[in-house]
Amino acid sequence: MKRWLSLLKTGDWLIVLLSAAAVGFSFPLLWTRGQAERAVIRLDGRIVAEYPLTEARKFAVQGPLGETVIEIQPGRARVLADPGRHQYCVKQGWLTRPNAIALCAPNHVSLTLTGGEPSHDSLNY
Amino acid sequence: MTASTIELAVTASDRRIARYAAAAIALSVAEAALPSPLPGVKPGLANIVVLIVLERHGVREAVWVSLLRVFATSLLIGQFLAPGFFLSLAGALASLLALAVASRLPRRWFGAVTMSVLAAFAHLAGQLLLARLWLVPHDGLFYLVPVLGLSALVFGIVNGLIAARLMELSS
Repeated sequence: MKRWLSLLKTGDWLIVLLSAAAVGFSFPLLWTRGQAERAVIRLDGRIVAEYPLTEARKFAVQGPLGETVIEIQPGRARVLADPGRHQYCVKQGWLTRPNAIALCAPNHVSLTLTGGEPSHDSLNY
Repeated sequence: MTASTIELAVTASDRRIARYAAAAIALSVAEAALPSPLPGVKPGLANIVVLIVLERHGVREAVWVSLLRVFATSLLIGQFLAPGFFLSLAGALASLLALAVASRLPRRWFGAVTMSVLAAFAHLAGQLLLARLWLVPHDGLFYLVPVLGLSALVFGIVNGLIAARLMELSS
């Protein structure tokens, strides 16, 4: 190990450290694009609530079947409870990407994440 | 046997280039047999040879060895004029350019590892540029940059160390 390290000259260390820093910075720079910023809750297609994904909160919407509960946490949101029969939107779990959408169709409620660059949604590629 | 009517003068430099290129070709053909986790993640062992040629015989011979390696390897593995060949050529040209510039750095402070790391990043940049312009005209390609950059850094250091060690052993 020591023999190998002795092959590195001062400038080599400099280049290696600078390159490592550049690679390190490239991860957050290139991999955090398109982070979801807001949760939009709709009833019958009309926006009933819109919250930033910065603080935890719960929100209940009254639909034709009953109450759909949306839970928001920093960076993500989900449908916590829904009166619908199949529970598809609940089983979908946490949404984290922009344009991800959970539809609770029987209760006419939808949860959509927005933010980042507009791109495809999770239903339509 | 009839004497050949054409006499090609072979210089010592030609023989040297041929010998080094053969070593580089052997390394990159062997490497082509290795499975790669992601297209573009490769050790690039042939660059060890190019680094040694650069250090001992200068930029001109390093360019010869590197380009002969690209052409001969692609012929051997059946990739000549396929997209992979052009990516390889773009990478080799970019890293030769980087080496030509970097070899002017003071040798007291900058050794084979510097050359190797800079060449590895230039190789990556050349390939990505060609891929972006021609093969994958979409910015989604740049999602690969962190991973490919990490691989360029790691293999750049390793190849540089091997080249430095080989030169130390034979000097």
